[in-house]
Amino acid sequence: MSDTLLSVSALTMRFGGLLAVDQVGFDVRRDEVFAIIGPNGAGKTTVFNCVGGFYKPTTGAITMDGQPITGLPSHRVARHGLVRTFQNVRLFKSLTVLENLLVAQHTHMETGLLQGLLKLPSFRHSETEAKQRAVQWLDFMGIRQYANREAGNLAYGHQRRLEIARCMITRPRLLMLDEPAAGLNPQEKRDLQVLIDQLRHEYNVAVLLIEHDMSLVMGVSDRILVMEHGKPIMTGLPDDVRRDPRVIKAYLGE
Amino acid sequence: MSQTIKNALVAALMAGVIIAPVFGLQILRRGQETYLQPDWKMIIGGMLIIFVVQMLRPLWKRRKTGTKRLQIPAITDSIRRKVILVLVLFALVWPFFTGRAQVDIATLVLIYVMLGLGLNIVVGYAGLLDLGFVGFYAVGAYTYALLYHWLGWSFWEALPFSGMVSAFFGYILGFPVLRLRGDYLAIVTLGFGEIIRLLLINLYDFTGGPDGVSGIPKPSFLGYQLTRRSLDGTPTFHEAFGIPFNSEHVVIYLYLLALILVLITLFVTSRLIRMPIGRAWEALREDEIACRSLGLNPRNIKLSAFTMGAMFAGFGGAFFAARQGLVNPESFTFIESALILAIVVLGGMGSQVGVILAAVLLTVVPELAREFAEYRMLIFGLVMVVMMVWRPQGLLPMKRPQVELES
Repeated sequence: MSDTLLSVSALTMRFGGLLAVDQVGFDVRRDEVFAIIGPNGAGKTTVFNCVGGFYKPTTGAITMDGQPITGLPSHRVARHGLVRTFQNVRLFKSLTVLENLLVAQHTHMETGLLQGLLKLPSFRHSETEAKQRAVQWLDFMGIRQYANREAGNLAYGHQRRLEIARCMITRPRLLMLDEPAAGLNPQEKRDLQVLIDQLRHEYNVAVLLIEHDMSLVMGVSDRILVMEHGKPIMTGLPDDVRRDPRVIKAYLGE
Repeated sequence: MSQTIKNALVAALMAGVIIAPVFGLQILRRGQETYLQPDWKMIIGGMLIIFVVQMLRPLWKRRKTGTKRLQIPAITDSIRRKVILVLVLFALVWPFFTGRAQVDIATLVLIYVMLGLGLNIVVGYAGLLDLGFVGFYAVGAYTYALLYHWLGWSFWEALPFSGMVSAFFGYILGFPVLRLRGDYLAIVTLGFGEIIRLLLINLYDFTGGPDGVSGIPKPSFLGYQLTRRSLDGTPTFHEAFGIPFNSEHVVIYLYLLALILVLITLFVTSRLIRMPIGRAWEALREDEIACRSLGLNPRNIKLSAFTMGAMFAGFGGAFFAARQGLVNPESFTFIESALILAIVVLGGMGSQVGVILAAVLLTVVPELAREFAEYRMLIFGLVMVVMMVWRPQGLLPMKRPQVELES
């Protein structure tokens, strides 16, 4: 078993005349937190969308654990153990918090139509199990008291945590977080950093992270890819990235 | 105060609508002709009582609860079960104590309840706006009609096939529209509804074209026909049970059959929404991209909603064919689709009780107001506009059957 979980090479995404992502390549190792940073419009989210199957990349190859996933539709990518959160949280707003977590287990719950219609024991059993797993995650995230509330009515910070729980309950191998700290207050950001550490250590999930908040990125990442105008500038350890003149130039200008 | 008067007036009107068909209309026979005689004392009296009670209610409410708003006590599962049982028993016994016309209208209402519940899956749960639902209804009706016409099948033999063929059509027609959303989906499904109708008209040799298929037999009761004289030598219902022939029997029988079909539909749809597939439908309605990111295949989810909805329309269609004894493409115009959709929207999308209530309103009122038949669409449109302004969520908005977490 190789050390690399996700491998992206020579990824290019062109929208008409706009070259949004140009020859980006990186590897994410198992149990690693890998961050992509860069100024606004650098193409970070486009990379995410290509990896997650939401865009079909113009050229390039993406493999997950050695298997090619380039150009697969997003729901099939997700079944390879690669799930994501969204920049602006995408919960099922009028479903309850608990139901959000039950929906996410859909692919793991293969109950037949008849079992469900007649409420056979096998159906009840799998429902109870799904509920228990959901409750475990609600406890873990500290939002159990809101279980029966509509997800859209949660506080923003709780919505973010619920979205991460909803990803984790699908038992992913790679968790992709798109600006998870956006809109969080300083305390919630610190909690988020603790949470990411916990997820990788307790649940052995690799994390691919896009984030603007530098203290979070520097605190939590093992390696960082810096992008500007769709091109990769450098990949390196947080300390190297912090000191690199090209990175400073990209952020602060000449 | 003006609010109270308005409320009371609305309540009185609603009471009138409900009282009129049940108590207020008597069927009189004078020689050759049949008259509907309204019992105005009963109707006006009932409306007045409701009006007065509604006017007094705020006083009573204020005294009882102080500043707090009156809340409906939480209905526990056991109470709800009892209420449902009582309602079902009432619906079972009711036809034996009223006139033939009322039972006939009630049967029509039940057909629309079934159609409304079917469309509710597609529109209310999965959030896919389908304007061609009547197409599946037509497929169901014609499946029975043609199976009878060409192969001589009985209602009971054809019923499962009607559901299956309709479901199959739902599945097939679901494919091309998978990528479409909202308005585009609505337009394409509208087209499908029309295509099915036009096919039925133009496949003259097979479907009988504009004339349709006639002489379709009514369902038999345990193999006994409910006709005056036996068609094929087997004993008929009244002969077998040794009772005099009464043409009301078949009307009541059809009503009870429709009631059973509706109860089955209700049971299945209310189970579905509590199952993973139902939750997936709702999740898809909320956010398709999030669904995909979690590994849910939107194609399968949409297709299952289309298929399920179409299946119930198929059962409804087969029953419709049996009740009418005649099917032709006239019965499956766009207006029918609009009516079924109106039932779902008026009742409150996703709400089963709402669908039933709206089906009753939209079927019974036009039957009563036959003099205003020309204005029917005008009134219909007006009601929809008023609803959208005052109560866009429908008469009885869906209360989600939430999976509760006991602490």
